[in-house]
Amino acid sequence: MTSVITPPAALEPYPSTDGVGVATIAFVPRSDFRAVVAALKADGFEMAADLCAVDYLTFPTRSLPVGVVGERFEVVLNLLSMSKRQRVRLRVQVPAADPVVDSLYDLYPGTEAMEREAFDLLGVRFAGHPDLSRILLPEEWEGHPLRKDYGIGRVPVQFKSTPGPR
Amino acid sequence: MDETKNVTAVERPLWPTEETSEGSQELFERSKTSPEELGREVGAVLRLPEGPIIDPTQIDIERSDDETMIINMGPQHPSTHGVLRLMLELDGEVVLRTKPIIGYLHTGMEKQAEDLAFIQGSTNVTRMDYLAPLYQELAFSLATEALLGVEIPARATYIRMLMTELNRISSHLMWMATNGMDMGSTSMMIYGFREREMILSFFEKTTGVRMNHNYIRPGGVAADLPDGWEDDVEVICNTVETRSYEYDQLLTGQTIFRQRMEGIGNLTAEEALALSVTGPLLRSTGVPWDLRRTMPYCAYDAVDFDVIVGTYGDNFDRYSIRLNEIRESVKIVRQLLAAMPRGDYRVQNAKVTPPPRGRIDQSMEALIHHFKVFTEGFTVPEGEVYVAIESPRGELGCYIASDGGSKPYRLHMRGPSFVNLQALPLLMRGGLLSDAVAVISSVDPVMGEVDR
Repeated sequence: MTSVITPPAALEPYPSTDGVGVATIAFVPRSDFRAVVAALKADGFEMAADLCAVDYLTFPTRSLPVGVVGERFEVVLNLLSMSKRQRVRLRVQVPAADPVVDSLYDLYPGTEAMEREAFDLLGVRFAGHPDLSRILLPEEWEGHPLRKDYGIGRVPVQFKSTPGPR
Repeated sequence: MDETKNVTAVERPLWPTEETSEGSQELFERSKTSPEELGREVGAVLRLPEGPIIDPTQIDIERSDDETMIINMGPQHPSTHGVLRLMLELDGEVVLRTKPIIGYLHTGMEKQAEDLAFIQGSTNVTRMDYLAPLYQELAFSLATEALLGVEIPARATYIRMLMTELNRISSHLMWMATNGMDMGSTSMMIYGFREREMILSFFEKTTGVRMNHNYIRPGGVAADLPDGWEDDVEVICNTVETRSYEYDQLLTGQTIFRQRMEGIGNLTAEEALALSVTGPLLRSTGVPWDLRRTMPYCAYDAVDFDVIVGTYGDNFDRYSIRLNEIRESVKIVRQLLAAMPRGDYRVQNAKVTPPPRGRIDQSMEALIHHFKVFTEGFTVPEGEVYVAIESPRGELGCYIASDGGSKPYRLHMRGPSFVNLQALPLLMRGGLLSDAVAVISSVDPVMGEVDR
């Protein structure tokens, strides 16, 4: 974590496609993620509306602002300010070799299930999460299905206590 | 339980990407549960300004393991509204800890969406929240249109609003029905389904099916409203409005109903915001947050309606909000009925919408466009977008990342029920087991949307 907390005003805005200027998009380095979110929370963003992850394995040429190196995973956090009627979308690049992001559970407890979902389906881990277990898939499931290299239809159904044909 | 579960950033090991051994999803005895997880299971959600979690031992439910009992409720329990499984820690009849365990209806719709063209996408997303299918279609269509940059005709917008508001009425009626049944009022159950049937019949007439319509599509809607729709909608409005006062009479003053609803499942505004809870749950705490009003989409800035808020954040407030939202939706539908513009019901952009059937026999170009749209689909420019609308259950968000092809690179739906379920441990703490049924009902989860 950096010693200097990036003030929200310094977020680099990125052209938004959401229309009518609803959301500000910003790319945040992974090391600053928590600090930036904490600063935004103090700045009046009361709610973490959504958190999801994207696997850009088969689309590495996506357009990114200058200075941002695209990694395989991207964690996308949507913050909502009710007092200002604004949204901010933070995009964090997460390398495939070390897919770990700081958990936001102690800032926004509402991200608990969303982080578990991102972990379950994409295998991005959240350090500091109280119970990072699978949420939608069975406990014994192998692999993370929303990854682009996950074989579709490889194993039709996995049942409990039945070792799959792998 | 392995110790690697609760690692901090400092002692974090380098995880191999393929490593997928996870902890168990179930609820365990206190001696086997970490303090952080214990805090979550008792619903300790408020954070002090400095950051530390409120010590769960400060909450007066400290018990030793042999005093309590862990029971399992669901997934095949009639009052868990689908396949929701709860593990509860009880002391006698009092609920101490709750852990919702979900995923029993997971069908991988987000993965499937990556393999379906944008034109096929709404058939997929409509199956998520099966009680309010038109909302998923609307969110998906709005997101796709934002990426495409197409402007849809006014009539299409108004038809969308009309249909989704009717859908809100039917969804809330369904909630009134099942909530009535959970509270022991089987007559409410019959009445709710009776009125919902009228709306579903109108949907069938308009879209061809009663559920999972695939009616709202990128570029507009699939078909114009049927002949005589004004009369049908008028009858629905009059009936629903009159009967909403009958439900009021049946339930609101009813002693047993009130005793089971008032003061049960309390939530404060701070807790609701911390848990990202939206919809009637959030409004019951007194926060006037309704995306139709606060961040208007479609043409909601052109219609007049009230945002219903509660005061105490209990089950009864949530009941009142839903009952009154039915009336507000009737009000909106009446205004849409009077103001419905003439014109086209979908955008005449041959790259997005297929040409009319009649043109195909006459025009080579129409044939080519028709063929292209239905085989390859239209391409959507690269980009990513998050569009949020107010579904009957709260903020329904659709996040699409596009790589410039004809299929979404990644589609993520922010299901309001999925997020709202996180409030269950908090709502149930300290309540009776019999009230748990009332609390689940008042959260109004639809498992199709929770598990996706």
